[in-house]
Amino acid sequence: MKIHAIDRQGKEHELEGRDGWSVMEILRDGGLDIAAECGGACACATCHVYINDGWFEKLPKPSEAEIDMLDMALAVEPNSRLSCQVICSDATDGIKVTVAPE
Amino acid sequence: MSAAPIETDVVIIGAGPIGLFAVFELGLLDLKCHLVDILDRPGGQCTELYPEKPIYDIPGLPIVTGQELTNKLLEQIKPFDAQFHFSEMATSLEKLPDGRWKLKTDAGTEITAHVVVVAAGAGSFQPKRPPVPGIETFENAGDGIGVHYAVRKMETFRGKNILIAGGGDSALDWVINLAPLAKSMTLVHHRDGFRAAAHSVNQMRELEKEGKVKFHVASVKAIHGEPGKMTGVTLAGHDKSEWHHDTDAFLPFFGLTIKLGPIAEFGINLNENLIPVDTARFESQTPGIFAIGDINTYTGKLKLILSGFHEAALMAQAAFHIARPNEKLRFQYTTSSSNLQKKLGVA
Repeated sequence: MKIHAIDRQGKEHELEGRDGWSVMEILRDGGLDIAAECGGACACATCHVYINDGWFEKLPKPSEAEIDMLDMALAVEPNSRLSCQVICSDATDGIKVTVAPE
Repeated sequence: MSAAPIETDVVIIGAGPIGLFAVFELGLLDLKCHLVDILDRPGGQCTELYPEKPIYDIPGLPIVTGQELTNKLLEQIKPFDAQFHFSEMATSLEKLPDGRWKLKTDAGTEITAHVVVVAAGAGSFQPKRPPVPGIETFENAGDGIGVHYAVRKMETFRGKNILIAGGGDSALDWVINLAPLAKSMTLVHHRDGFRAAAHSVNQMRELEKEGKVKFHVASVKAIHGEPGKMTGVTLAGHDKSEWHHDTDAFLPFFGLTIKLGPIAEFGINLNENLIPVDTARFESQTPGIFAIGDINTYTGKLKLILSGFHEAALMAQAAFHIARPNEKLRFQYTTSSSNLQKKLGVA
């Protein structure tokens, strides 16, 4: 399963997702610059990404906790998600994300 | 706040779990500690980011929250009477002619110590800065004008046009508190909903109804004016419409993020914002300055709390020889040494 990720410099990366892992973990393992300060506990909003090309609508809805935590993210757009809360599966194969500005 | 210069054995930068446990290991060796932390309470990331989240990989504690772990560490180090300097940022470090170190904080505290231990995690918690071009040039513009990430004196905002951004408790609390004395109060947030406490949200909605607060689902895209003299901002809604908004002050409240901060200026050798150390002493490449926990790096490093505990124990042995060059270090166990048990107040 693939993840297409655009980093803060605008460079595109094709990463291999792992079933059950969060997109944040895949981005971090792939060497992309993403803080994820709380380590994936939905507690810091520093793994903020934009979900591109219609993928936002295909994902399960964010939890109340994630929606609340997004209030602490900068430059939030309607397609914003916290990547630690987006879990890889066959259904996310080919997902396109952009790392939000710091 | 600032008082007489302090002299101690060890000054620890960071009062997270590793800084706290370092007090224990140093204390067993009779070394006294002062700790400096930019947060207003102990625990570091454990209490700032996830006080209620369970941690499962602390040996002997199958499940413990960040707050509980911090509380237990505080209990464990109580006999050693460490001195804490909270809400202070370590800003400079200087080597004295007698070989000791003088650490200064932004509150004017000066601590002289034989040994410096950097246990600063990923650095210091600082307010998140919105990605608006040139925003930094409008910071520190003066009382009640320009960009501020905190309100020190409400009075400085009297009679000003104020723009607040954010949807958490800080954002709404300051909307409510500053609205009565502001000339105008505007709140912008990316959605028509807030994570702040329900009763704050209700109060804000009341003020909006009374016309004392204007609320827009929008974000700040640009700041106008000359450096130090903000005249207004460009706001943008989610429908991409943009409009100009005159304001004297812009207060973004998006919580904290971690930046390395002034440690980068201490003259300690860094590798990608981490301090390389040896794995026998956990000393940086500057003798007398140690680094333990997430801030250090070495072959095989794992950023785990338990690794930091181990690092603290070995660091303490090495630190002893610097602080007490003429004394012999005798390794003892807390289970069998009546000397250690006396220090712990259990014998």
